[in-house]
Amino acid sequence: MYDTIIIGAGMSGLAAGIRLAYYDQRVCILERHTTIGGLNSFYRLRGRDYDVGLHALTNITPKGTKKGPLARLLRQLKMSWDELQIAPQLGSDIVFPGVRLRFDNDIDLLRSEVANEFPAERDNFDRLIAAIVEYDDLNESHQAISARAKVAEFIGDPLLLEMLFCPLMFYGSAREHDMDWGQFSIMFRSIFLEGLGRPQAGVRLILKQLVRKFRALGGELKLRTGVKEIVVENGQVRGVLLENGEFLEGRRVLSSAGWHETMRLCDDGEPVTTRSSGRLTFCETIATLDVEPSELGHVSTITFFNDSDQFHWTVPDEPCDVRSGVICSPNNFAYEESDGGKAVPGTMRITALANFDFWQGLDEKNYRLEKLRWYDRITDSAVRFVPDYRSRVLDTDMFTPNTIVRFTGHDGGAIYGAPEKQLDGRTHLPNLFVCGTDQGFVGIVGSILSGISMANQHCLKD
Amino acid sequence: MTNSEIREEVLDILESIAPDEDLSKLDDDKNFREQLELDSMDFLDIVMELRKRHRVQIPEDDYMNLASMNSTVTYLTPLMKDIQKV
Repeated sequence: MYDTIIIGAGMSGLAAGIRLAYYDQRVCILERHTTIGGLNSFYRLRGRDYDVGLHALTNITPKGTKKGPLARLLRQLKMSWDELQIAPQLGSDIVFPGVRLRFDNDIDLLRSEVANEFPAERDNFDRLIAAIVEYDDLNESHQAISARAKVAEFIGDPLLLEMLFCPLMFYGSAREHDMDWGQFSIMFRSIFLEGLGRPQAGVRLILKQLVRKFRALGGELKLRTGVKEIVVENGQVRGVLLENGEFLEGRRVLSSAGWHETMRLCDDGEPVTTRSSGRLTFCETIATLDVEPSELGHVSTITFFNDSDQFHWTVPDEPCDVRSGVICSPNNFAYEESDGGKAVPGTMRITALANFDFWQGLDEKNYRLEKLRWYDRITDSAVRFVPDYRSRVLDTDMFTPNTIVRFTGHDGGAIYGAPEKQLDGRTHLPNLFVCGTDQGFVGIVGSILSGISMANQHCLKD
Repeated sequence: MTNSEIREEVLDILESIAPDEDLSKLDDDKNFREQLELDSMDFLDIVMELRKRHRVQIPEDDYMNLASMNSTVTYLTPLMKDIQKV
């Protein structure tokens, strides 16, 4: 009999597991896939290491900071800042036709860039920042306010408004066209007011630290162990039936499988609610180069680009939307010699919105062909905004919405989950709870905090 | 445990929860929240550490008794008087 059974060994499930195991619960994490991580994972291909998911961690505040999501996460998991080996970004930019806004982990750079490029908006931008600093993220009434309408109360220039939304939507909007003011404020803080960083060894370092911690506390982790059913008796979860036929008894279940996916697993015949699973999904191209991008003149950590004055955040009609994208070079972080990680080979990653139905509908042969075709189109689009690296490519790979489904099991390959979150993590059953992207915040720090807070609220107190 | 032993134990727990805080200047009459950067997650950890270390169960309705050092020690005294200091 387990105290808590956790479905999914991604960031949220592992973090929840650490909290519960630390307080002496008998806890087991079940992962369908052969490896941990879910959306944020890693793999090895033709002798090279790759990351999926993580471009950078958001919410990066300097060592010793006592407030904010990162500080809270470290305290709750009893980890030290140094364990994550985070190197800050060198500097990123948002590029629209004729305008480039640079930003780094000090908001003053973005303030001065806005003042230079949009002189009339200088004071307006400062007033917007002040409103975001004051925003109380525990006040759920802000959920319903349109961020576009709210930001337009401060910012008069429509181009600047689009340029501010572009990175925040790319890094965490499950909603199309707009965000709610709360999510906008949280994302603005996490990217512009706090900042971006990355461990030299990538996401595997974070995942390995979490697993090591979980196991050291006596937690059990079962890979290649899919859940077939959440077994319900008399209105209570009694345990889970595994795909291998085994039954595990548990006093409660915490699921990071997604809201719909979790509801479908329940065998009590309760109708699945009709909320949308979220439709926003990505393709990403990855190129390994024979040089560091900086030698080609590319020093930006992340470049958010859009090729017209208006930014479109919705499911594209085309297989991929190459009008906009995110270019990430994992080389361009301020790694220190002593970080101990292997040097990162020259890498360029480009992320673009994708159409899930198109990619799911392909047979094996056409899937391969379309991957090659859209690898080229995405890359051709991106090199309009960064130095052309195409002649320096040693090896490439690409993920599509199909890859995301395979790793996460989430409907529609939805990267940021359902537009409507189940913020309290509760379900129709008293001892079944959800965590992860459909419960709360997105990104690595966000999903870890989701696991922590759901464990705290629902699994520790009895 | 005596009152001063309970106080020592609570200090030790605070130190494990918030290792960067300077606890030497803690005013026992004042709320923890006014003096330390503690949020509701940290308060839960005080409760959980007491359970983990001493099997002391604190119902959720009583969490408000843990506002300051003095109120915490007063609240814990009857619950911990039979526990031996190790």
